[in-house]
Amino acid sequence: MEEKAVSIEIKNLVEKWKGKEGNLIMILHEIQNHHGYVPRDISLKLSEMLDVPLARIYEVITFYNYFKLSPPGKHRISVCMGTACYLKGAPSLIEEIKDLLDVEEGKTTKDGLFHLDVVRCLGCCGLSPVLMIDDKVYGKVKKAEIADILAKHGKEG
Amino acid sequence: MAKVVKAKINGILLRVAEGTTILEAARSVQIKIPTLCKHPDLPASAACGICIVKAKGSNKMLRACCTPLEEGMEITTHDPEIVEIRRTVIELILSNHPNDCLKCGRNNNCELQKLTADFGITEEQFPQFLRDLPKDSSTNTIVLEPQKCILCGRCVEVCQDNQDVWALSFIERGIKTHISPAGQIQLGESPCVRCGQCSAHCPTGAIVEKDETGKVWDALRSEGKYCVVQIAPAVRVAIGEAFGFPMGANLTKKLYALLRRLGFKAVFDTSFAADVTIMEEASEFEERLLSGKKPLPLITSCCPAWVDFMEKFHPDMIEHFSSCKSPHEILGVLSKTYYAKKNNIDPAKIFNVSIMPCTAKKYEITRSNEMFASGYQDVDISLTTRELARMIKQAGIDFTTLPDEECDSILGEYAGAGVIFGATGGVMEAALRTAYNFITGKELGKVEFENVRGLKGVKESEVELDGKKIKIAVAHGLGNVEYVLGKIRQAKAQGKEMPYHFVEVMACVGGCVGGGGQPYMVTDELRRNRAEGLYQDDNDKQIRCSHQNPYIKRLYEEFLEKPLSDKAENLLHTHYKGRPVYRR
Ligand code: SF4
Ligand code: SF4
Ligand code: SF4
Ligand code: FES
Ligand code: FES
Repeated sequence: MEEKAVSIEIKNLVEKWKGKEGNLIMILHEIQNHHGYVPRDISLKLSEMLDVPLARIYEVITFYNYFKLSPPGKHRISVCMGTACYLKGAPSLIEEIKDLLDVEEGKTTKDGLFHLDVVRCLGCCGLSPVLMIDDKVYGKVKKAEIADILAKHGKEG
Repeated sequence: MAKVVKAKINGILLRVAEGTTILEAARSVQIKIPTLCKHPDLPASAACGICIVKAKGSNKMLRACCTPLEEGMEITTHDPEIVEIRRTVIELILSNHPNDCLKCGRNNNCELQKLTADFGITEEQFPQFLRDLPKDSSTNTIVLEPQKCILCGRCVEVCQDNQDVWALSFIERGIKTHISPAGQIQLGESPCVRCGQCSAHCPTGAIVEKDETGKVWDALRSEGKYCVVQIAPAVRVAIGEAFGFPMGANLTKKLYALLRRLGFKAVFDTSFAADVTIMEEASEFEERLLSGKKPLPLITSCCPAWVDFMEKFHPDMIEHFSSCKSPHEILGVLSKTYYAKKNNIDPAKIFNVSIMPCTAKKYEITRSNEMFASGYQDVDISLTTRELARMIKQAGIDFTTLPDEECDSILGEYAGAGVIFGATGGVMEAALRTAYNFITGKELGKVEFENVRGLKGVKESEVELDGKKIKIAVAHGLGNVEYVLGKIRQAKAQGKEMPYHFVEVMACVGGCVGGGGQPYMVTDELRRNRAEGLYQDDNDKQIRCSHQNPYIKRLYEEFLEKPLSDKAENLLHTHYKGRPVYRR
């Protein structure tokens, strides 16, 4: 991002929330909403302007699931790691997805197509293990089916 | 006077000052409650839960490390149920912890390992779940293995609160919580100043000094190398802790003997080079005070973590920094020039090892081109006190009964001033002793400056120099420098008189005696005892001031000409530049 644009954007936000309780979180919210994630150069600038250590900002960003550190992928894969799904093999599903897409948890694939999230109980334990891609729920998923499921959402085999 | 509370622990009636924790109270009646996250040097983080105890009439378990004893309490610290819960706490921690003890930097010296042994845990009770977190050696001084972290919070506390560096923090939450610099970067790209305080406080092998003992053994065994060693002031009064000596025992002469037995051809003392530092720094001070060419206050620069901190966070202070190198670098360069020449040794063959209380010195030895002023790398390896203790054990030498020996000339014999460098205020005191002579031409009647000694975070004082009042400040623990620098900045901005003429800063609390490479479990009591050992050494010396040291006089006569001569500038001085807080 252009250095100047970053400065102006942050300056306005800092001005707006100056002296208000919890301003760091509010500012981060606005940044998240605007960009879909919190870019590092913006965090660095913010750290400077608010005189808050960058480490503190990252503590906040990584504490709340709401904030993302990389641009969102086109399709969001959410794999449930609730107790039921965990016991029924969710960890191996995650491994398979990571392998096939070469992606880490909480990260987006290099082509920007998929974003992988691990989430807590999705409320359909009867179908465990469960994963969702965008709004579509897949239940009783087997490791061998993952490649097909991904293909449906645009992953080329 | 504080109110007194009366209570019982395991049936023993006791009275303690209000506010005393159950943990401390129990200790006063010889009851040891196990702890893991609590370090005696730091506030309780209450993270682990191993210190739980029961209070009569309540079914809640209390954490002894952070709960004050209250009037009338009846505490039970040990019963079968409590012991069982403690065992479970450990077992749960172990389920997230690799079984790497045998190959770990903390093997035989780890708080978690010790508890596991104390509780006789020999089997895994819970399936292991290890977090997939990579090792980070990017600082070249300390090594981070977040997988071994038990989330006690000590490193975060020292790095953020004591040191105000904020290189480390807890990232993410729940099962994924881990220590890390901010974002997907390595510690070497973070603001970390490599003070090593995190490694000195970590209970496990999650943060350890980079072990370079292997390289030293290799050099000692290699035919072509002429191995030379130096020991820093603070090492002599701390190494004994690893061998059962009383706190603060001064083992200088045993160390000389030991290092010779390890195979070093010449055994030198960094305290001698500290005398050189003082000659140069006192001259800089005199020049600034009298000529006004460069601004006051003069700020000391012999702590590399402080230098790094200043370059990252306070580059506006560069013009105030003494350009003088730290003592071990000075000894390094002198051994490969002056000593080599006088003894007809090829400097290319000299392998210089410095034994330091410090992890930051590992970084300093390649910090800039000026650390190669001899034409070679001036100091080849810098080991911490902890690494030396390990080498002693590997060498199979009975350190405790080793007879005393003397160090080698011509870079060994030191004045009392040189050895107090290891304690906060020591550099200031040593510099004042010599600056007084340089400026007034007279000698001090009483050489002690008590006002700069001790563990107060910032020590401000005034001394008389030729009828002029010299204002000084001594700060230790990087979290304390903001106050001092703030005052300087404010005076500058308002065009007012400077609040100080001379400022000393050491990154570690207590100065180098509390250094990040020193033996574990440091407390203020230990820092005080180690410092006392150095002040005693100074006191016992016939020669107390650097400029009176005959070997220093000889060094200038034969080699350096005079302080701040071109030769001295070339060999003993360095430059500073602003550095980014985050490299990424
Ligand atoms: S070495 Fe010092 S600055 Fe670096 S992480 Fe450890 S405590 Fe923080
Ligand atoms: S790295 Fe060490 S000191 Fe830091 S939280 Fe983990 S166990 Fe505690
Ligand atoms: S105070 Fe001493 S031990 Fe600590 S970083 Fe500075 S030089 Fe090293
Ligand atoms: S545990 Fe996965 S849906 Fe409930
Ligand atoms: S020692 Fe008290 S909670 Fe860890």
